[in-house]
Amino acid sequence: MIEFTLWDIVRNLLLAARWTIVLSLIAFAGGATLGMLLTLLRLSSLKPLRLLASVYVDLFQGTPLLMQLFLAFFGAAALGFDVSAWTAASVALTLFTSAFLCDIWRGCVEAVPSGQWQASRVLGMNYMQSMRHIILPQALRLSVPPTVGFSVQVIKGTALASVIGFVELTKAGTMLNNAAFAPFTIFALVALVYFALCYPLSCYARHLERKLYGSGIR
Amino acid sequence: MELDFSTLVPYAGELVQGFVTTVVLTAISTLAGLGLASLVAYVRSGKASLLGRMLGGYVEVTRNTPFIVQLFFLFFGLSALGFKISALFAAFLAMTLNLGAYSAEILRAGIEATDRGQLEAARALGMSRLQSYRHVVLIPAFARIYPALTSQCIIVMLGSAVVSQISVFDLTYAANFIQSRNFRGFEVYLVVTLIYLLLAVGMRQAFGFVGRRAFAFRQGGNA
Repeated sequence: MIEFTLWDIVRNLLLAARWTIVLSLIAFAGGATLGMLLTLLRLSSLKPLRLLASVYVDLFQGTPLLMQLFLAFFGAAALGFDVSAWTAASVALTLFTSAFLCDIWRGCVEAVPSGQWQASRVLGMNYMQSMRHIILPQALRLSVPPTVGFSVQVIKGTALASVIGFVELTKAGTMLNNAAFAPFTIFALVALVYFALCYPLSCYARHLERKLYGSGIR
Repeated sequence: MELDFSTLVPYAGELVQGFVTTVVLTAISTLAGLGLASLVAYVRSGKASLLGRMLGGYVEVTRNTPFIVQLFFLFFGLSALGFKISALFAAFLAMTLNLGAYSAEILRAGIEATDRGQLEAARALGMSRLQSYRHVVLIPAFARIYPALTSQCIIVMLGSAVVSQISVFDLTYAANFIQSRNFRGFEVYLVVTLIYLLLAVGMRQAFGFVGRRAFAFRQGGNA
């Protein structure tokens, strides 16, 4: 049996944390892109498009992320695609993230007072013009704090990729535990690394929120 | 490939068992978690104290680490220290602590919106500190944040899929079990995902039903 020093454990966890970060970035970038498209669909003037986006959001918000990962992993295999844990985790987390971001951003657009809409329409702007010049810039300001706050959920969500065999922080923790059997220390350290990643983001989101609502523009 | 759901039929019993576990686990940890949240929010909304700061630490640690790691820490970590707990109890504990932290934070926002004058009025009317807390602060705060609380409880129910990883026989465990027998992963996960979806919709309905009765005083009001 191999002896593990505390440093061995910490070093391996930190190395694995890279993949947690990379997966989080992929999920967030992909999710933001897809989420933006979905938000536009959700705010479209065509009813079928709005319906499509809201069904999508409800499906992803109403089912466990773990199931979405299983479906992406085993489902794709059953359909004849040979997907790696990387692909399955990236796809599932991207779809999951996009649904939540769509919901957050729709809320931000709707939070812009309706007088702004009426004023821009009165000024002769059409739907697209008012959206682009009047509504979206204001919605964008409102959207920053909750979006930063949600990035914490994305990082925590990547922990579930360990279940389909993706070696990131949590999986590295269970693997180390299988070899070294020091669950208390190892899982406390795993939690600590997640905390170090997430807590600054949580604080930043709170700071942005205070700044936004303190500025009097709402 | 073709989808074949008939191979699922012999495993209906496992699905029912998993479903019951998920529902019962969610129900009791929702109740315990909301109770815990009320206590934490009570302490944290009072004067600054050591206990308040410790509870603040608990809330932040819970909110900034993944549920699966909390679960592993409680189940594997505590048993290594000599506190032997069953997988089912670890799942209950992890879900309660998780919901407790999130809803304490939601509840605190509701409590902070309480008008101080109302509290003073309650004390002036001769209510004790605890009585006025209950009737003037806590219950109206619950009414204010009820929609956010509903969503949080649903998130915990969906998150409970993870307890299958410490071999609690919940709905997800049933799915993995069936999948390992009939090799029809896609069909099994599709059906189980649908069950979770129905459970989430059902929970939202149930919370709405309870909320309309419990907070009937708010209807037509402006609080």
